[in-house]
Amino acid sequence: MGGWAIAVHGGAGVDPNLPPQRQEEAKKLLTRCLNLGISALRSNASAIDVVELVVRELETDPLFNSGRGSALTENGTVEMEASIMDGPKRRCGAVSGLTTVKNPISLARLVMDKSPHSYLAFHGAEQFARQQGVQLVDNQYFITRENVAMLKLAKEANTILFDYRIPNESCGAGLQMNGLPLSVYAPETVGCVAVDSEGLCAAATSTGGLMNKRSGRIGDSPLIGAGTYACELCGVSCTGEGEAIIRGTVARDVAAVMEYKGVGLQEAVDFVVKHRLDEGKAGLIAVSSSGEVAYAFNCNAMFRASATQDGFMEVAIWD
Amino acid sequence: MGWAIALHGSAGDIPLSLPPERRQPREEALRRCLQIGVEALKAKVPPLDVAERVVRELENAPQFNAGRGSVLTSEGTVEMEASIMDGAAMRCGAVSGLTTVVNAVSLARLVMEKTPHVYLAFRGAEEFARQQGVEIVDASHFITEENIDRLKQAKEANRVQLDYSQAIQNDTKKEMPLANGDSQIGTVGCVVVDGHGNLASATSTGGLVNKMVGRIGDTPIIGAGTYADARCAVSATGKGEAIIRGTVARDVAALMEFKGLSLKEAATCVVHERTPKGTVGLIAVSSKGEVAMPFNTTGMFRACATEDGYSEIAIWPSSKN
Repeated sequence: MGGWAIAVHGGAGVDPNLPPQRQEEAKKLLTRCLNLGISALRSNASAIDVVELVVRELETDPLFNSGRGSALTENGTVEMEASIMDGPKRRCGAVSGLTTVKNPISLARLVMDKSPHSYLAFHGAEQFARQQGVQLVDNQYFITRENVAMLKLAKEANTILFDYRIPNESCGAGLQMNGLPLSVYAPETVGCVAVDSEGLCAAATSTGGLMNKRSGRIGDSPLIGAGTYACELCGVSCTGEGEAIIRGTVARDVAAVMEYKGVGLQEAVDFVVKHRLDEGKAGLIAVSSSGEVAYAFNCNAMFRASATQDGFMEVAIWD
Repeated sequence: MGWAIALHGSAGDIPLSLPPERRQPREEALRRCLQIGVEALKAKVPPLDVAERVVRELENAPQFNAGRGSVLTSEGTVEMEASIMDGAAMRCGAVSGLTTVVNAVSLARLVMEKTPHVYLAFRGAEEFARQQGVEIVDASHFITEENIDRLKQAKEANRVQLDYSQAIQNDTKKEMPLANGDSQIGTVGCVVVDGHGNLASATSTGGLVNKMVGRIGDTPIIGAGTYADARCAVSATGKGEAIIRGTVARDVAALMEFKGLSLKEAATCVVHERTPKGTVGLIAVSSKGEVAMPFNTTGMFRACATEDGYSEIAIWPSSKN
């Protein structure tokens, strides 16, 4: 007990037929990001700096659905969102509707640190980004060939905009939605939670949202209490079916269960995933101020990696 | 058991010296909206419809900071947001960045019912509004003289008017001189429970005076400004940034659910123990027909009624608070 801990995720709900090569790439990326965070924690970086650093790395890599590699809107463009929260005073920052900001999580941090507000979106957020002098790129930069192909598939199947509801048939055989593998829609939102050597927690989440989403759609990732939460007790980042995470106020509830029911981190995490999601599929990662790390998901898989100061380390995908 | 309804027209540093010509139109509007809600409940209109109907009325009333009468951004424009939640199935809808939609709360409801999403914002939300054929007007419709003045004052004071309480970085508790000594800062909201324990909540606002363009507050954030489940329905108002970090609306329900507190205890705890003084007010009803309307600001424009005949319209703390 005590000491630093960190967890990283790259999305919950994974195509069971994900090609091995892709699985390897994912694990490599998760490992690299985890190690980045571990290095920083070992150098006594604060949790808030660590989560930002790690999520920036995930945004920059095109593999998962954030920053470069974000899912595309129905118009074929990218609209990104993110949020970050600093446990000690529960300061927070969030952004939505970004189209040219290279690292949304860093803009979210600037909203928290340099603006009188907690959440900026769309043209107002882009204006703020320009004022702050953050790195801006053309929207094309974020778009990958792979995602262009995915969007086409999604449109052809005439599906939408799901905060993906797993269809009626069983979850056992290939996870599909409207005849397509889940990975076409799978959010692959990214996130990081950390507790530093002083017991301070932080959380950060970033995403491009849903494939083929309506322009202007906001999911759970930028919503404090839904996709991201941190307080004196813990830091939480969620991924999965956005609607379920929002109505279940999932990230907040982990902390609320700990505080109001007086249970430990793993128990709170398990409770929330079991009871606060109804039919929705989602997962989350969490750390506690006492140096624990925990995760849970109610679907077939979640891209994840975690480590604690006492030497524990794990990188995994499946259940 | 029995139905209950509560509504608010914002919490803040409403001075006791508020002149009658400022006070009466607001009290009248609260009375009228309460009446509309009560009659609907008596006619067995479902809680979600009642909450929407009442908030529409509040949005249309220019005295409150929602719909017409919304405060202005730093660029002199209006950007409205709202959310609505149905306790029974915990379905919810939210919108932000609206500039031409007459009733933001109704668009939030359409997002909930007509899309697989929960939240739409800015241009995407406006496009959706057009597709849905909701009432749309020129942006100038929402702008009132009072709010132009208010913005001017805020700019002169050179800081964001944070619902009367001091700005985040401020160390001194400075009294914000307001146009004509009154204030319209805040939000409107309504919470409803019917005789069967079905709950609903809705909140709507123009946001903060002189806010940065694109700024989103607590109002459209489920769990912060609005929440409803099988136990209670809550709508919060006050300093948006404090309500977001305090996940105010959800916390009332969470205290009831995880700590077994009653509605009144939970609401009181959140407002008086868990959020900084001068930042928050809320209205809440429980599945059992109870009502709570605590606030830690100088006042909160509010009204409530219950099936057993009780009703109240108030601004400052009453002896019951």
